[in-house]
Amino acid sequence: MFVKQISVFMENKKGRLARLTEVLAHNEINLIALSIADTAEYGIMRAIVNDTDKAKAVLHDNGFAATTTEVLAVEVPDTTGGLSDVLCMLNEADISVEYLYSFVRTAGIKALILFKVNKSAEAVECFAKHNIRLLSKKEVNAL
Amino acid sequence: MIYDEKHECMPKEDLKKLQSERLIATVKRVYENVPVYREKMQAAGLTPEDIKSIDDIVKLPFTTKQDLRDNYPYGLFAAPMSDIIRLQASSGTTGKLTVVGYTAKDIDTWSEVMARTLAAGGADRNSIVHVAYGYGLFTGGLGAHYGAERLGATVVPASSGNTPRQLMLMQDFGADMLACTPSYALYLAEAMQELGMDRSKFKLKYGVFGAEPCSEAMRKEIEKKLQIRVTDIYGMCELIGPGVATECEYQTGLHINEDHFYPEIIDPETLLPLPEGEQGELVFTTITKEGIPLIRYRTRDLTTILNGTCPCGRTLRRIKKILGRSDDMIIIRGVNVFPSQIETLLLEIGETEPHYLLVVNREGALDTLEVWVEMSENMITDEVKKLEELEHKIKTQIASRLGFSAKVKLVEPKTIPRSEGKAKRVQDNRKL
Repeated sequence: MFVKQISVFMENKKGRLARLTEVLAHNEINLIALSIADTAEYGIMRAIVNDTDKAKAVLHDNGFAATTTEVLAVEVPDTTGGLSDVLCMLNEADISVEYLYSFVRTAGIKALILFKVNKSAEAVECFAKHNIRLLSKKEVNAL
Repeated sequence: MIYDEKHECMPKEDLKKLQSERLIATVKRVYENVPVYREKMQAAGLTPEDIKSIDDIVKLPFTTKQDLRDNYPYGLFAAPMSDIIRLQASSGTTGKLTVVGYTAKDIDTWSEVMARTLAAGGADRNSIVHVAYGYGLFTGGLGAHYGAERLGATVVPASSGNTPRQLMLMQDFGADMLACTPSYALYLAEAMQELGMDRSKFKLKYGVFGAEPCSEAMRKEIEKKLQIRVTDIYGMCELIGPGVATECEYQTGLHINEDHFYPEIIDPETLLPLPEGEQGELVFTTITKEGIPLIRYRTRDLTTILNGTCPCGRTLRRIKKILGRSDDMIIIRGVNVFPSQIETLLLEIGETEPHYLLVVNREGALDTLEVWVEMSENMITDEVKKLEELEHKIKTQIASRLGFSAKVKLVEPKTIPRSEGKAKRVQDNRKL
């Protein structure tokens, strides 16, 4: 049901992000989905990778402040209004979206979007009720 | 354990008599041997005969750090160099080193007061004391060393630096007491965890930490991380080094070795003595030193002499934990700020590491304060919102306790430099 996401706290300093991706590359960690939330002082990088536990360990060893969180990988119809429908549906069920971002790759004709919500169990039910498919960890890693 | 019951539990009247005798002898000594003191006393219209008891101490002139600097290196010595068997010095952050000299009797006194200190901290002749204070001109290392030997304990003269080796020695040698600065103790705790060492293999029980201020919150943090009992110790090289005052197992104030170092609390503005219980500047007169006795030395430390007796049985008066030296103190927009206030606040909020840096700048005509705080492992989050809430929490606390607004900057773990000696807590970029 849930997919593991890795989040890294980085100061907004020259070269920090480049160094992070270098560390991942060097350790054969592949990025499947990626987003960065930025403020003037710092940024939080969120990513889905092929091996979350390894990524966390190598980042930690290289002086990066990383943690893991669980998010939902949602299959959204890749048409105009696809995302809008999903968001309205969540809104009606009184579920808040903390953030979302899309996958680097797609799965056929569907767009893949990662959601972090405030009420995960209810969100899972809501998606099931509306026949919106969630990708499993296995499927995500196989992309 | 009380090392010297005769002196540490001396009845008040006997102590006063002893202090009076010792003060009279010291005043005579400096008047006869130190031109600077003779001039100071003559300027105040005083001769040694005017000092008849300890109560007459208020008549005597003060000594400041400037006097030591002006008379660098040996101008205030009251013994000939042939009698001086040791020199020590403190790291002068502003210009010249502060140099002190010890006669054989002074070294003996120092060993005695440090033996009292370590015993009060939990050591006895069966202890193994790991000294991670720096050895050299700095009084920390040698002070702890001589005290441990005098006590009959086993000393490990590790000095500072090479943290992995320190931990290996502590584990292999089975030290039960650690002597170092509080910031280094925190660093050792971190390193122990990082190196994946097993705490159960260490025999550490006690820590005697000094040389820099340590808030109550920080002490509890170190006790929790290292699983030891920590006692705060106090001193300065001008007076002898560490050994001037020490906490006992009750951790409710530091017992002053006032048979050697007579304390007063004065109002730093009026220079008049304040009654017991009021906060002011700590002033000490050394009443047994021979090499460089100091009369009414202004320490610039702010504290209170506590009323009442301690359950430990010592009759030596206690001072409250020092908030900070006025040197640590920074003045921002007219407000006195001690780094320890920020430290306490951060530890109370508990969501960051106690590693911080106060960065002071002047923008135009206005002083600004930026508090850099290290993120702790368990605060790393995926939501910006949570970090903003944390910053806001810290900011609000600073505003309510200090009365002005500071910027909070969250920095990555392990980016604020660690120290092996005294931690640098302030980066003042203003050119004052």
